[in-house]
Amino acid sequence: MQLFTLLAGLALATALWSGVQAVNTEARASYDSAAATLGEAGYDQLVSGDDQPISLETYVALRRAGWLVSPVIEGQINGVRLIGIEPLTAPSSLGPVNLADGADIGAFLSGRGQVYGTVETLAALDVTGSVAPDLAPNVAYTDIGVAQRMLDRAGEVDLLIVAPDQPLRQLALREVAPNLIRRAAAAGSDVGKLTDSFHLNLTAFGLLSFAVGIFIVNGAIGLAFEQRRPVVRTLRALGVPLGALIGLIAVELMLMALLAGIIGVALGYVIAGMLLPGVAATLNGLYGASVAGTLQLRPSWWISGLAIALGGTALAATGALWQLSRMPLLAAAQPRAMAMAAGRRAKVQGGLAAILIIATLILAATAQGLIAGFAMLAALLIGAALGLPIILSAVLAFCANRARGVVGQWFWADTRQQLPGLSLALMALLLAMAANVGVSTMVSSFRLTFVGFLDQRLSSELYVTAADANQAAQITERIASEVDVILPIQSVTMPIASIPTEVFGTRIHDTYRDTWVLLDSLDLPWDQVASGEAILINEQLFRRAGLNVGDQVMLDAVPLTIVGVYGDYGNPIGQAVIGEDLFVKLYPDVGPLRFGVRVPEADVNRVRSILRDDVGIPDAQMINQAGIKAFSLDVFDRTFVVTTALNVLTLAVAAFAILMSLLTLATMRVPQLSPAWAVGMTRAELGRLEVIRAVLLALLTAVIALPLGLALAWALLAVVNVAAFGWQLPMYLFPWDYVRLFGFAVLAAAIASLWPAIRLARTPPAGLLKVFSNER
Amino acid sequence: MNAKIIVLALTPFAANAQGFAGLGGAADGFGLPTPAPTFDFPTDHGPHDNYRIEWWYLTANLQADDGTDYGLQWTLFRSALAPETGSGWTAPQLWMGHAAVTTSTDHYVSERIGRGGIGQAGVTAAPFSAWIDDWQFSGDWQTMAMTASGTDFAYDMDLNAQGPLIFHGDDGYSVKSAGGQASYYYSQPYFDIAGTLTLPDGDVAVTGSAWLDREWSSQPLAADQTGWDWFSLSFDDGAKMMGFLLRQSDGTAYSSATWIAADGTTTAYPDGAFRAEALETSATSGATVPTTWRVQLPDRGVDATVTAVNSDAWMQTSVPYWEGPVRIEGSHTGRGYLEMTGYE
Amino acid sequence: MLLTATDIHKTFHTADGPFTVLRGVDLALEAGESLALTGESGSGKSTLLHLIGGLDTPDQGQIMINSADIAAMDDNGRAALRRGTVGVVFQQFNLIPSLRVADNIAFQSRLAGRDDPKWNADLADRMGLTAHLRKYPEQLSGGQQQRVAIARTLAPRPKLVLADEPTGNLDEATADDVMSLMLDLVADAGAGLLMVTHSIALAERLSRRVHLRAGQVAA
Repeated sequence: MQLFTLLAGLALATALWSGVQAVNTEARASYDSAAATLGEAGYDQLVSGDDQPISLETYVALRRAGWLVSPVIEGQINGVRLIGIEPLTAPSSLGPVNLADGADIGAFLSGRGQVYGTVETLAALDVTGSVAPDLAPNVAYTDIGVAQRMLDRAGEVDLLIVAPDQPLRQLALREVAPNLIRRAAAAGSDVGKLTDSFHLNLTAFGLLSFAVGIFIVNGAIGLAFEQRRPVVRTLRALGVPLGALIGLIAVELMLMALLAGIIGVALGYVIAGMLLPGVAATLNGLYGASVAGTLQLRPSWWISGLAIALGGTALAATGALWQLSRMPLLAAAQPRAMAMAAGRRAKVQGGLAAILIIATLILAATAQGLIAGFAMLAALLIGAALGLPIILSAVLAFCANRARGVVGQWFWADTRQQLPGLSLALMALLLAMAANVGVSTMVSSFRLTFVGFLDQRLSSELYVTAADANQAAQITERIASEVDVILPIQSVTMPIASIPTEVFGTRIHDTYRDTWVLLDSLDLPWDQVASGEAILINEQLFRRAGLNVGDQVMLDAVPLTIVGVYGDYGNPIGQAVIGEDLFVKLYPDVGPLRFGVRVPEADVNRVRSILRDDVGIPDAQMINQAGIKAFSLDVFDRTFVVTTALNVLTLAVAAFAILMSLLTLATMRVPQLSPAWAVGMTRAELGRLEVIRAVLLALLTAVIALPLGLALAWALLAVVNVAAFGWQLPMYLFPWDYVRLFGFAVLAAAIASLWPAIRLARTPPAGLLKVFSNER
Repeated sequence: MNAKIIVLALTPFAANAQGFAGLGGAADGFGLPTPAPTFDFPTDHGPHDNYRIEWWYLTANLQADDGTDYGLQWTLFRSALAPETGSGWTAPQLWMGHAAVTTSTDHYVSERIGRGGIGQAGVTAAPFSAWIDDWQFSGDWQTMAMTASGTDFAYDMDLNAQGPLIFHGDDGYSVKSAGGQASYYYSQPYFDIAGTLTLPDGDVAVTGSAWLDREWSSQPLAADQTGWDWFSLSFDDGAKMMGFLLRQSDGTAYSSATWIAADGTTTAYPDGAFRAEALETSATSGATVPTTWRVQLPDRGVDATVTAVNSDAWMQTSVPYWEGPVRIEGSHTGRGYLEMTGYE
Repeated sequence: MLLTATDIHKTFHTADGPFTVLRGVDLALEAGESLALTGESGSGKSTLLHLIGGLDTPDQGQIMINSADIAAMDDNGRAALRRGTVGVVFQQFNLIPSLRVADNIAFQSRLAGRDDPKWNADLADRMGLTAHLRKYPEQLSGGQQQRVAIARTLAPRPKLVLADEPTGNLDEATADDVMSLMLDLVADAGAGLLMVTHSIALAERLSRRVHLRAGQVAA
C-alpha cells in the first residue's frame, strides 16, 4: 500500500507536470513557427503623432541622422492585410517566415511583385506570388515598394521599427522628425496579447501542478518514513551504521522516484495527447489552421519530468532523512518526542507562513509588473498552504473546547490529532481548490466582461464599410429612412497627453447611453461629449497617461474635459471619443467610411439586400453583429477549454492525495479507535465519524480555499493582468460555481474516506481487540 | 580589388539573389571592362551603375600621440541587380557599408545595408560624396572628410592627398585571371589622415596615412577562384606596393602586383612575379587564417615578413572576412593592410 | 445472579484454518463477588472475557448479564452494554490518545449518560491522578495509564468490571499498588469483578477462582 501510494503519487505529480509542460512547449513551438507574423510588436516603433503618414523623406532623414529604423506600410486589399517591409533594414528576426533562405531577394527587391501569402491569400490579391503556407490567413507580405504601389500610397510609410541596437551617435528625434512619437516595444498586437494570456494560463497551471505534485510526493515519503521507523530502529539496534542505512534508503527512494518518474512521463504524454487537440483548436481559433495536433517527444519536457520526480523526492526525503539521522536510537519508541518535534516543525511552518502572508500583503500594496505579480501569487499560495494546518488545528481546538457532547469532544480532539498525517493532502486540496476558484473566477469574469464589452462595442445590428466617400454618402441617403439610425464610425490618430490615441468622432445616440459601461464618469457624460466640450477616454490611455476624470486634455489645441473612462479590452493603444460635430470641425477631410446601422433584427437582411443591390456594397463589406459576436465568443471559449480540463485534473489529483493519505492512515487509526469502541461505541458509528471527519476537513479546507482563490483571482485580474496586458478586469463573483466546487470537494473527500470507513466498520472485533493484547 | 567582390557576392541577401552573385555568371547586359581605359574625373569617382559591382574602399594605419597603433576601415559597396540607375524603391542599386577600428587587442565592426534610389545611400561624383545612413566620405579628392559610427565606436577623420592617383594593371585595367576576368582599378594611397576615434575607453586623437581603392567590374572572378589574400604595403622608404593572390581551387594562385616608387611612378607585375607564403595561422573569432606572411617581389628586392597587428581582425559582417593592419619587417619595413577572404 | 454464561463456544477462522478457543464453558458470578479466571496462554480466558464484555459474540451458548441475553443483542445493544453495564480494563492501550486524562476518565460515563464529576474527581484522587488530569496519556507512565483506565471503567459505576491482566505490563510493585486500588474500589462500588490473570497470588486475593484448560472449565 505504501509503495503504491508513493509510486502513484509521484507518478501522478510527474504526469501532471510533464503533461502541462508538453502542452506548453508544443504551444510555444507552434507560436514560434506558425504564429511568426511580423513581430514588430517586439520592437520600439516610431509612429506619426498627427495621423499623417510618415514620408519617405522623413525615413531617409532619420537614417542619415543615425537612426537605425526600418519602414513598414500596411493596408487592406480585398480583405487581405498587405504588409510591406524593407528587408535590408528590418531587424533580422523580423519578416515573413523563411524569407532569409531560399527566397529570391532580387525579385523581392526589384519590385517584380514578390508577394508572400497562403494560396488563398494570394488568390484573393489576384497576384502570382510565393506561397508561404505558414503565414496567417489573409496576411500577405511584400517589399515596401510593391506594397506602396499596390496600395496606391507612393512615398508613404505607416510606422518605423526601431532596431534594438542603435549607433553611438544620432540626432535627437525631435530635431529630425518632430512629428513622430516613439512607442515602446510590446505595445503589441491583439493576437500577441491573446497568445500571451493563453501562455500565462498554461504557465500558471504548470507551476500549480508542480506545487500540488511536490505536496503529494512529500506526503507519500513522509508516511513511508513513519512506517519505516520501527525497522530502522531495529536495524540500528542490531548495529547497522546510520550512514549506511540512510544511504540505502536514499538509493532505494531514488530508484523508486526514477520508476515513478518514467511512469509519470508516460502518463503525462497521454494527458498531453488528450489536451493537445484542445490546444490546437484554440490556436486554430486564434490563428487559423496552423498547429499540428500531434505531439513530439521533446527531450526538454521528459527530462524535466524526470527531474521533477527526482527533485521532488530528494526535497521530501532530505527532511525525513535528516530527521531520521537526528533521531536518538530509542526515541522512536516515545511518540511524545516526535510530537514535540512536530510541534517545533509546526512553529517553523507557522513562522514561514506568516512571513509569506506578510510578504503577500506588502506585494499586493506595492506590486507592479509581472515578476512581482507572480512572486505575490507564489507567496500567497505557499504561505496559505503552510498556514493551513495551523489554522485548521486552531479551528478544531476551538470546536473541541466548545463541544458539549462527549462524542463531539472526542471527535474534534481526534480530528485534530489526525491533522498532521492529512495536512499535506489537505494542502494539495487547498491549492487545487484555490486555483480552481481563482482561475474560474478570472476566466468567468473575463468572459462576462468580454461579453459586456462585445455588447457595448457591437451595439449596432449591421456594420457597413463603404469604398469611398461617394459610396458613404449613398449609403446614408439610401437607407436613412429604412432604419432606426445610422451611426458613422470615423477616427483619426492624434496624440493626447503625448500618447498616440485613436480619436473617434461619434454621433451621440441612445445606443451609446444605453450600452456603454463607463468605469468612472461625471454626470451626463454623453451629453457633455455631444456638446463638444468633453471627451471619453479608454482605460489604457487613462492608466498610461495617469489621467483622471475631470482633468483637461488638449486635442489639437482644443481643451476637453475628461468626463468618463471606458474599458477597452484587447486594444493595446489609447482611444478616445469626442462628439461628431467637434470631430467634423477639427478634421473635415476624414469623413466616415464605416457605419453602424441600428435596425430591428428582422430587417437586417432586407437592409443588406438594399445596400447590395442599390448601392453596390459587396457582402464582404457588411457584417452582421450576431456573426461577429458568435465568432469572438467561440474564439474566447476555445482559448479556455484547456484551462478547464487542467482544472479538473488538478482537483482529481488532490482528491487522489486525500484517498491515499486516508488509506495509509487507516492502519494507524485502529489503536486510536479501539479504546473508544471498547467503551461503548459501535464500529458503524466510528466509520460514520471517519467519513464525517474527512468531509469536515475538506469542507474546512474549502472554506479557507474560497478566500484564497478569490485573492488569487484578484491578483490575476488586478495585478498580473495589468502588468501583462495593460488593463484591469472587473472581478465578478460566481457563488454557484463555488457551491458546486464545495460539493465536489465534499464528494471527493466522502468518496476518498468511504472505503477506509467501510473497512473499519467491517473490521472483525478480534482485529480491534488485538490492540489491547501483547501481540501488537 | 577583387577582394571585395566576393564580400558582396556572398552577403545573405546577395546569396539569395542568384542573378547578382556575379562570381562567374554571365554579364547579363552589364558593362564589361575593356583594356586601355581612359578615365574621366571627377565623373569616374562617382558610381558606374551599369557595372554589377563597385566600391570605395579606404584603409588607414593610424597612431595616437602615445605611439599606440590603430587600424581603420571605411568601405562602401555598390551592387546592382540590373544595369540601370532607377529611382525610388524599384531602383536596382543596393549599398552596403563596412566600418571598423582595430587596436592590438580589439576589433570594432559595424555594417549598414540600404537601397539606392531613395537617398538612404549613394555616391555623387561632383561634388564628391559617398554615404550610407549617417556614414559619409566626401570632399574634392584633395581635402576629404570621413565619418562612421557603430554601437560601440565612431570616428571623424580629415584626409589630405599628398600624391597622385595610382592606376593598377594596364593603366587601370586590372586582370584577375588567366581567363581574362578583369576590373577597373585605381587607388589614392597618399592620404594623410588625422582625426578622432571614439572608443569605449574614450576619445583618441590619431594621425596616419590612408589608402583608398576604387574598383568596379561586372564579371570579376573566374569560376574556379575561391578567395584571395590582398596586401597594401607602405614602406618606410616612401615606396608602396599592392599585391594580391587569387587562390584557385586546384591549389595554385593567380598573382598580381603594382610597385609604386617614392616618386609615384608605377610598375605593374604579371602573374607569378609577386609571391606570398603563409608562415603562421591564427584562430580568430571566425575562421583560422594566416596572420604572418612572407611576401616577395624579387624584381624589387622585396623579401619581408608581414604580421597582423591584431590577429583577430575578423569582420563578422553579412559575409565574414578578415581585414586588418599589418607591420612589415625584413628587406623592407613599414605598415600596411591585409585582407583575406574565402577562408572557412 | 449478575452473570451467567452457559455452554459458550467460540471458534476463530484464521488463515491457517478454524481455531477453536472455547468448547462449552459455564460460568456464573454474583453481584459483589470477584472471580479470577486463570489458565495457560491460549486456554481461552481472554476470549471468554471479551464475549462477556460484549466485545465479540459467541458461536453458541448464552450469556446473561442482569437477566439480559447479550448473545441476542445487535451491535448497538452490545455497545450500550459496554457503555453502561460492564467496564473493561485491558492489559494496555486502554486510553484514547487524543483526550486528556480528565476527559479519558469521564469518557465512558458521559457516553453512558451518567457523568458524575464529583465521583470522577474522587476516583482520580483515590488513584493519585489529580496532578495529571490535564496531561495526555502518552505523557504518563504505564502504571499511571492503567490507573486512568481503571478510573475510567469505574466512573459510570458498572455492575460488572472485566479486567484482562490489568497489571500484566507493570512491574511488581506498581502492579501490586494498582491491583489493591482496583480491588478496593470495586468492593466499594459493590460491582462484580471478573479478572483474567495467570498469577496465582493475584487470583488468591479474589473471592473465587475458575481455571480454564483447553477451552473448558477445569475441575
